[in-house]
Amino acid sequence: MFLQTVVTGLSIGGIYALMAVGYSLVFSVLSFSNFAHGAVIMLGAYIGLGLVTKLHFGLGLVVSGAMAGAGLIAIVNEKLAYSLLRKRKAPSLYLMISAMGCAVFLENMVYATIGSRFYAFPAFFKQGVLCLFNGTCSIALLDLFAFGISILAILGLHLFLTHTRTGIAIRAGVSDMTMCSLMGVNLDRLISIVFFLAGIFGGAAGVFLGIKYLVYPTMGWVTNKAYIAAVIGGLGSLPGALLGGLILGVLETFVSTYVSSVMRDVFSFGLLIALLVWRPNGLYGRDTGEKV
Amino acid sequence: MNYVLSIVTLAGINMIAVLGLSIFTGFTGLFSFGHAALVGIGAYASAILTYYYFVPFPIALLAGMAAASLVSLVIGIPTLRARLRSDYFAIAILGFGEALRVILENLEITNGARGLPGIEPFTTLPIVAGCLALSVWVASNFLRSRYGAACIAVREDPVAAEMAGINLFRTRLLSLVVSAAFCGLSGGLLAHFLSFIQPVMFTLVQSTALLAAVIAGGMGSLSGPLIASFIFIAMPEALRVAQMWRLVAYGLVLVLIMLFRPQGLMGYQELTTFFRRSRHERPSA
Repeated sequence: MFLQTVVTGLSIGGIYALMAVGYSLVFSVLSFSNFAHGAVIMLGAYIGLGLVTKLHFGLGLVVSGAMAGAGLIAIVNEKLAYSLLRKRKAPSLYLMISAMGCAVFLENMVYATIGSRFYAFPAFFKQGVLCLFNGTCSIALLDLFAFGISILAILGLHLFLTHTRTGIAIRAGVSDMTMCSLMGVNLDRLISIVFFLAGIFGGAAGVFLGIKYLVYPTMGWVTNKAYIAAVIGGLGSLPGALLGGLILGVLETFVSTYVSSVMRDVFSFGLLIALLVWRPNGLYGRDTGEKV
Repeated sequence: MNYVLSIVTLAGINMIAVLGLSIFTGFTGLFSFGHAALVGIGAYASAILTYYYFVPFPIALLAGMAAASLVSLVIGIPTLRARLRSDYFAIAILGFGEALRVILENLEITNGARGLPGIEPFTTLPIVAGCLALSVWVASNFLRSRYGAACIAVREDPVAAEMAGINLFRTRLLSLVVSAAFCGLSGGLLAHFLSFIQPVMFTLVQSTALLAAVIAGGMGSLSGPLIASFIFIAMPEALRVAQMWRLVAYGLVLVLIMLFRPQGLMGYQELTTFFRRSRHERPSA
């Protein structure tokens, strides 16, 4: 029972981490909470669903297609809704409200055009369960796959940020945007790349969420959890996002197993508020106090 | 005609909540993605009183206001004392609102997610009009008082306001509690107008709609948000076909306003300033 709870918690935590990375990346560069990320994840899931039902792609192609699609959507989103504000150096709250507007817009656009129906991915993605520890606990192969991909992707992103020219430029932008652009970095391109990265992570997370649960317009709501995970780890930090996702996944599963599944969301939100009050920088965060 | 009247009533109820949020967001400068939950608290508190305990309607409304104010203290005291970054505060109150909704969905007395049916429909258009007029009067007097001036000073520059001897924590908390009372009133009226309430009526989407009205109307204006809120309620009803697209439009309006007119419809102006100005200008012209 205990082991099973841990395993279940880790497998959902992996997906939380994948989504939390998107929040953290954007926050680290533009220091605002991009609430439109949830909608991008939802659209990624719909793209994946379209690829598998209309074009009958396999899992690998579905995931990569959704990643590419969500990445592009994230770039367009930034160009249309944030770039003007960014150039005007508007307060980060304006960006956040604009992001909220995008989320409401995209979610309801899907409602109005595709409809509020719940869609399921074809069953063949879900087959296979692996028994561990002499059958005391089991894990779906898909969960294992999703967990593996999450960890690998975050590791890959870490290597990208530390070992490539673009990655170094992004990290420079994180510490000082103006200085970075004075050094000859094209900021518009840099920010597009950051949003693209956030988008492709969101696309993968969307497909995994869709397979694990269902695809529907408000599924982006789950990403509030991912946001909490990002806050636990410290917004703007990659290892923080990973750790925060796993911690939240495990804690939540424990609460729903041993306390009550109803209290799970109350617990998560309570945790969020408590963390914001007592440790707003999270486990790994840098100081994010508002400047005068 | 009945239909038009009910739309106007609904718009009036919504305007009271927007008025409350306007004090907190427009005049004190703190953003909230959780005020719909406070409306919900007011709705449930007053509905439970009239439904189970047969308390007279006006007293139930007052109790709803008090309940919303008390609940706002629960989130306000820790978060405002900790002086969160303004966007962190918005998120903390978002989490609080969602947690409140989950609690409402699982209590015995609220009848859970199924909602509370058969509340006596006490709310009528004259009552709403009276409450709205009273609310506008109280709100504008509050803003003209010493406390209101402190709120505006805090919005303009928290550091300078603090140097001038304003207690940031107390000013912001007062503003939150006052705005919560307006939301509670709006909730009480809503419950006794629809005669059915359900926790899903008080979600993040609703909070965003309230905030959209304040931002679209202009932060630092009372009449702007009221006009915006009326438009937001009346327009989709007038264009019945567009029901599906109402929230799409909300989202779009939020983004467009942030991009092109962050000061909103009225900016820092009031409707009355226009009248006053034209009266002053006429003799000189």
